[in-house]
Amino acid sequence: MLVGLLIIVPLIAGLLVFGTKGKASRNIALGFSLVEFALSLVALFQYKHNPASADLVLNCTWVESLGIHFAVGLDALSLLLVLLTTFLIPLIILSSFKNEYDKPNSFYGLILIMQMALVGVFTANDGFLFYVFWELALIPIYFICLLWGGENRGAITFKFFVYTLLGSLFMLVGLIYVYSHTGFDTGIKSWAIADLYQAGRALDVNQQSFVFWCIFLAFGIKMPIFPLHTWQPDTYVNAPTQGTMLLSGIMLKMGTFGLIKWLLPLTPLALEKWGGVAIGLSVFGIIYASCIAIVQKDYKRLIAYSSIAHVGLIAAGILSCNQQGIQGGVMQMLAHGVNVVGLFLIADILLRHTGTREIDKLGGIRSMNGNFAVLFLIVMLGSVALPLTNGFVGEFLLINGVYQYSAIAAAFAGLTVVLGAVYMLRSYQNIMLGERKDSAIAFGSLAGSDKLVLYIVCFVIVAFGVYPSPLNDLAEEGTKLIMLNLK
Amino acid sequence: MKGLLIISGLGILAMLAEIFKFKKVLYPLVLIGILAAYALGFTEWNANYNIEVFSNMIRFDNVALAFSGVILATAFFWFILANDYFEKDHVTDHFALVLFALVGALMLTAFSNMTTLFLGIEILSIPMYVLAASRKRDLASNEAGFKYLIMGSFASGFLLFGIALIYGATGSFDLMAIRAYISHNGADLPAFFYAGVLLVLVAMLFKVSAAPFHFWAPDVYEGSPTVITALMSTIVKTAAFAAFMRLFLVTFGGVNETWGIVLAVVIALSLVVSNITAATQQSVKRMLAYSSISHAAFMLMAILANNRGMASVSAILYYSLAYSIGSIAAFTVVYHVSKQESGSSNIEAFNGLAKRHPLMAVCMTVAMLSLAGIPVTSGFFAKYFVFSLLIGTSYNWLIILAILTSAVGVYYYFKVIIAMYFKAPTKEDGITIDSSHVVLLLLTTLFTIALGLVPNFVIEIFG
Repeated sequence: MLVGLLIIVPLIAGLLVFGTKGKASRNIALGFSLVEFALSLVALFQYKHNPASADLVLNCTWVESLGIHFAVGLDALSLLLVLLTTFLIPLIILSSFKNEYDKPNSFYGLILIMQMALVGVFTANDGFLFYVFWELALIPIYFICLLWGGENRGAITFKFFVYTLLGSLFMLVGLIYVYSHTGFDTGIKSWAIADLYQAGRALDVNQQSFVFWCIFLAFGIKMPIFPLHTWQPDTYVNAPTQGTMLLSGIMLKMGTFGLIKWLLPLTPLALEKWGGVAIGLSVFGIIYASCIAIVQKDYKRLIAYSSIAHVGLIAAGILSCNQQGIQGGVMQMLAHGVNVVGLFLIADILLRHTGTREIDKLGGIRSMNGNFAVLFLIVMLGSVALPLTNGFVGEFLLINGVYQYSAIAAAFAGLTVVLGAVYMLRSYQNIMLGERKDSAIAFGSLAGSDKLVLYIVCFVIVAFGVYPSPLNDLAEEGTKLIMLNLK
Repeated sequence: MKGLLIISGLGILAMLAEIFKFKKVLYPLVLIGILAAYALGFTEWNANYNIEVFSNMIRFDNVALAFSGVILATAFFWFILANDYFEKDHVTDHFALVLFALVGALMLTAFSNMTTLFLGIEILSIPMYVLAASRKRDLASNEAGFKYLIMGSFASGFLLFGIALIYGATGSFDLMAIRAYISHNGADLPAFFYAGVLLVLVAMLFKVSAAPFHFWAPDVYEGSPTVITALMSTIVKTAAFAAFMRLFLVTFGGVNETWGIVLAVVIALSLVVSNITAATQQSVKRMLAYSSISHAAFMLMAILANNRGMASVSAILYYSLAYSIGSIAAFTVVYHVSKQESGSSNIEAFNGLAKRHPLMAVCMTVAMLSLAGIPVTSGFFAKYFVFSLLIGTSYNWLIILAILTSAVGVYYYFKVIIAMYFKAPTKEDGITIDSSHVVLLLLTTLFTIALGLVPNFVIEIFG
């Protein structure tokens, strides 16, 4: 029941918010998103108390003749991602308080509906339902980017939409293909995840390869992985800040989460055959994106490329298909989600206070606002995965996981640490330190809402860097479940 | 059966209305009649599966009733949409023509004899030729009517020729007899029988406007009055598919290797040609015309899948319902927008519609999402059913092609959405529309989403 509430509440809230006006919209939206966060904490508590609790699963028939069920459930893995979602949405809403958007009711309504779809994606235990939520998540973000984005948003959001839609249609074909092989013994076809796993593993290696690439295409586009990433930088830069946060903080995780839950256990043979290629692409993407990030002039674009590099490492770790790799992937998904929201907020603050995001035109902001400099520093260090920040655990495990697969791949993947430090530290140095540029003169103190978000983000970065075990335990538990299915 | 009689009666009544001066009550009368025909369909459900009517010329089995239901429901919505069309001149003529076209459509769902098929097609087509040209002082409308007539007559010729050849080979017009003959003498059917089947196929492809027999469609769609275009792309299409299905799934199902590969090529061509051409259109009406070809290709894919019991039938039923409802919503919006722009339905006319009339913009968005096949609208399930029918057959390549062209489809459907929300309006003034059209838009939008949420009602209709 609880898991049903987690999906229903944002939907109802979203529809309610559509009917409101002005400032009330964002306050109501914030209120509901906090309620949702509280609900997810209750779910966490419930899970700790009794992982098999009936509150954590829901299974009703949707279309009986086709074996489609509205089956959702929380296990360790989905719980972590739901927590990430419900934790980030209030922050994202809060971070928008200083931006005046037209039609705030639609803006916040869409964010909440998006939350519903995201929670659905992370909890779905039915292949069809997973696909529906997956697509559903695309609609609100498309409109958010289209209506409140920057210049030239029409063409860019369109490219984004077509890219992802194309990928997900291939995923649909892959899933239908597996579905059509279910029920070999009983004669009853089913979309239930366990049946899909079973049917997928019964396929021969060529059939599995077909399914693997169909589904990988969808996830690869969503993350994005080289060479499917070309939609990403433009979309991130042009989207409104909150849209970018949704895209990079949560939506990107749909892809990596999908890899873990909907691809690895489905096609183990294909993974043996093609895993190397996929990891190679991911690792190449890390280096490629890092190098491009180094030469970026626009700070937001730099973060966008850094995001490709990070997600490349996550994907490589997951695809190497061992305990450390997957667990590290999960940890890094959580850390990256939080950090990237912080980074994009910082980019937004820079733009609002100085009128530009161009790194060359910024400089010496630390002398105007030391407080901001510290907060920025913490977020930045979290993002380069310094020990004692939340990014470290995940990255360490990831590289370890990739190393078990192949030392060479790990060596290249490890470059992300070096390259990441290069572009992150350099940009920080240019923006915050050095001679004060003209743009920094007007840089006053931060608004209350921005400060609050940054404090929370920094707190999380440090807290889970110093004491990661609550999350790590859950991630380990979730990974073990998946590993069981891989055997 | 009773539905067919009621609609025929209404048609005759409409012709008398001019003489006996009850034009004013005709409109409500027609609406009530359609509802009554719809309701009476329920009483016949499962009832006269095996009763022969008119010496077994026509048989309203459950499949026929289901498709009649779709046609009547669409007709009801269509009459609400077209209320203007029945106000100025030639009111009773318009009524009579539309109602007789409806009679033809209902016959096409239920024919069980080749002669009834031909009659149905002619009864449906002849009024449509006239209706296409019904804006009689407009050159484009006249051209549309003329083109439609010429092309339609050609198709009828092919159909007749095909029927004659099939009769020559099997000695019967009766569908069941032909089917039985095929299954008994499958090995030694004469060559001209296969020629007959292919001729019938070509004729039917003309009627559903699949490429390369689609050249008439865009001009006719664009030239005709918008409401008639809506009629053509919904009711006529549904009826043509009901007939197509009965012919090729039921009657010629045994010789699918003859028409299967032809159909596959036609589908591939239709998908590519329609989507690529639609993407380059400036006029939304013309874009919808081309997109209707691509939807026809999807429905043909369900026929191509052939061998899964009732699955193909219910997939086509669902697809035609989803497509009809979505189209009615889209055409309602197109109708009002083009009225503002003195008849032009260029994409620019949609600029800033979200500001001028938010409700229309929302409903159009849902319609476009449905036609593009995005969950949870009904259009998504429609495509899903087709995909799941075809997957694992030897036509996997068609699915890949369908997906690639669907992405192109998203481009032109979303062009409308982008124009409505993103571009600045050309005119600042709001648009006012009838309250009946508001209700219509809300109903169709609601149906589109409801059908997507609970597809079981339609898909499990045949048990």
